[in-house]
Amino acid sequence: MSNYFDLSAYEGWVCGDCGVALVPGKVDIAYMGNSFPVELLVCPKCGLVLIPEELALGKMNEVEKALEDK
Amino acid sequence: MDQKELREQENRCIQEHAPACSATCPVHVDVRGMTLAISKGDFESAYQLYRKSVPFPGIVSRICAQPCQPACLRVDLGGAIEIAALERACVEFARPDEEAVKLFPQKSKKVAVIGAGISGLTVAHDLARKGWQITVYEATDRIGGGLWQTPPDLLPRDVILRDLDLIEKMGVKILLNTVVGRSGGNGHSTFLGRLLDEYDAVYLGIGPLINDIPDLCLDDSGQIAINPLTSQSSMEKVFVGGDVLRVSAQYPLREIPHSAILSISEGRRAALSIDRMLQKVSLTAARFMEGSYTTKLYTNTSAIQAESPLEPTQLLTFYEREVAETEAARCIQCECMECVRVCEYLEEYKGYPKKYIREIYNNLSIVMGTRFSNQFINSCTLCGLCGEVCPTELDMGVVCKESRAIMVEQDRMPASAHSFALDDMAFSNSQKFSLARNAPGTTSSAYAFFPGCQLSASYPHHVGEAYAFLREVFPQEGVGLMLGCCGAPADWAGRKDLLADTQAQFLDQYDALGQPTIILPCSSCYQVFQEHYPNVRILSFWDVYDHYGQQQFPEAAFAGEVAVHDPCSTRYEGHIQDSVRNILHKLGAALQELPLSREKTECCSYGGLVWLANRPLADKIVQRRVQASPVDYVTYCAMCRDFFVRAGKPSLHLIDLIFQPPGSPIGSLKSGPGFSQRHENRWHLKAKFLKELWGESMPEKEEYEQIKLILPSDVQQMVEERLILVEDMQKVIDYALRTGKRMVHAASGHSLAYFKPNTVTYWVEYTPQEDGSFLIHRAYSHRMQIGKEEQT
Ligand SMILES: [Zn+2]
Repeated sequence: MSNYFDLSAYEGWVCGDCGVALVPGKVDIAYMGNSFPVELLVCPKCGLVLIPEELALGKMNEVEKALEDK
Repeated sequence: MDQKELREQENRCIQEHAPACSATCPVHVDVRGMTLAISKGDFESAYQLYRKSVPFPGIVSRICAQPCQPACLRVDLGGAIEIAALERACVEFARPDEEAVKLFPQKSKKVAVIGAGISGLTVAHDLARKGWQITVYEATDRIGGGLWQTPPDLLPRDVILRDLDLIEKMGVKILLNTVVGRSGGNGHSTFLGRLLDEYDAVYLGIGPLINDIPDLCLDDSGQIAINPLTSQSSMEKVFVGGDVLRVSAQYPLREIPHSAILSISEGRRAALSIDRMLQKVSLTAARFMEGSYTTKLYTNTSAIQAESPLEPTQLLTFYEREVAETEAARCIQCECMECVRVCEYLEEYKGYPKKYIREIYNNLSIVMGTRFSNQFINSCTLCGLCGEVCPTELDMGVVCKESRAIMVEQDRMPASAHSFALDDMAFSNSQKFSLARNAPGTTSSAYAFFPGCQLSASYPHHVGEAYAFLREVFPQEGVGLMLGCCGAPADWAGRKDLLADTQAQFLDQYDALGQPTIILPCSSCYQVFQEHYPNVRILSFWDVYDHYGQQQFPEAAFAGEVAVHDPCSTRYEGHIQDSVRNILHKLGAALQELPLSREKTECCSYGGLVWLANRPLADKIVQRRVQASPVDYVTYCAMCRDFFVRAGKPSLHLIDLIFQPPGSPIGSLKSGPGFSQRHENRWHLKAKFLKELWGESMPEKEEYEQIKLILPSDVQQMVEERLILVEDMQKVIDYALRTGKRMVHAASGHSLAYFKPNTVTYWVEYTPQEDGSFLIHRAYSHRMQIGKEEQT
């Protein structure tokens, strides 16, 4: 799913709690018993994850709909 | 609804029933298919269809008595289609020189066919094709029987020879000049006994020689007794057809009516029985609609123009190609499709109820794998128009609603389909809106006003006036007030559990008020009360207003004509529709009726929660409705009105017209409040009632609800489209403030946080303001979970 948004557009985001810049990292996202690994921006200290709007409304929405009709 | 009931519903759809011509034809020639092909110039396909039902196309197309013609729906619309002439055209233009007949591999069992008339030859043809070994016994020197008595100008001899030639080519053994005789032989006393020694089955297709067959039982009228379904005689292996059936031992000289097409039908049905007997399967299973019958197919011909054939035909007429094509194009192409024609949803999926219910049936039976019908089941508005126009009253809404309940039971209903409306319902039945009180200063209520959730959200100001009006009308009886949601969203979503909760909550409040008669301005509520609160007496607010309300209005409320839109939930509530029209007349309205109104009214797309489950389809549904007339609409359902305005149609709600102070114009294009505003309006309405009527105040808002958000208009529109409420965003910011979990962007100063209050994760990008409020830049949501899914 990493192809569906541009990680570089999210440069400059910092974890508010830890004060460190978010870095690319693999995260699982799951729905209705199916799980997918995605490359996202993650806080290296506390693991806080950033889901970009274009991923949420684009590919994730598509996958949700497909899984719901299964 | 269990699977058996689903099957019953499926069988009510008549779309797949045969057109009248084919049903009446004893061999069910697919006339509709033929005319369609011919009208496109495809005589080959038409000929193949004909050949499938008629083994001797040259002969039959020339002498067929056309029992189909009187049944043709064109009869009174220019004259029946000239079916036999079209059949002759197919034979003429498309018959191959060598007829290709696919024969099954030869089998060992043998059948004797006695009599080479047309029924016997049909038996020989059909059984030879199946691979059985056939011997035909014919007493004369040629096969064809009575065909040879037809005048040669009608039926040229070469046509007979050419058609019958096929029988021999199929490997049938023909014994001419062979009389089976009256007596037995080979140690048998009768000829049937002798034949059954040699053959596994016998077909008797002989002339009127009934007295020569002593083995077979006769019926009371002296005719050979056969099973009318199978043509089996009193002897298991002997089947009977042809003219011998049409005479009686008591009146042997009677006139015998016969026709080639009837004889073929008899032969064909006997051949099927013989084939089944030889294969040792049931002779009677699944045999319906054989021979001539009356179809159940309904075809609406009200829009069909009368049109006569280009030229009158006789049995000797042969068409030119173009004439045949023109004549074939006159065919109405009978089909029902009554519901599909009036429903955007049924049209959208390119089928008809029988097909759809079959798919739903499969969908609900499949345990694993892809199910294509989920969205289909959730895309019906449940409006009932299909059931109203259907000749057999099949209502897809009933099927879809029950199917949704089954999906919920099977834990397969996608949460995203309805959760927004169900959350909205939960809001309305929470302390934020729900209320049940006797009128101030009274201790019981003969009546209670139940404005419903949507009218209260769209027209909170008028709800107060409506309640005041009712208290004036019934000053002695006591008119209580009940705020809440009737449970329609739960009903539509198939959530019987949530509907039961709602019913229980309502009935508690209702009992506490002394079981008053409930006065309802919302027709969706009215429908839900009719169906799910059978013991609660209800009244329509509009009936009450028509009777007790203002009878004259000082100035006309309308400049020009308006069309009244009946909400689909009033389909069978003619009294409400009448009251509304009465009130509109008192208001001075020049009323126009929409082409589909009253019991044929259409849904605005709010029904059945289609606007949530299938937004693109919902848009088409509302467009179809607003385009039904160019004049402004007036209606009496808040959702219909708001949906029409959102679709660009100037529309008014009746409540606006009766309670708007004179001189203040009503915006017919003023959009209804957004989703967050609707919650806000309900909350404030309850607060206002509590304060003004009972001197009480609302419970303190929760902490997160006090977070102040600033939404620029583009953001307002964005969250509205994404179904994100102010309270959702407040919860995200509250969470970020409490936990510190958020992301910050140094350059812009924006913060980004997320929170998952229930099943949806909401994201909000915002900037804290100096005054403690939060400027929202955007918000979005998703249902997929971050990290491993928790087990449910
Ligand atoms: Zn962190």
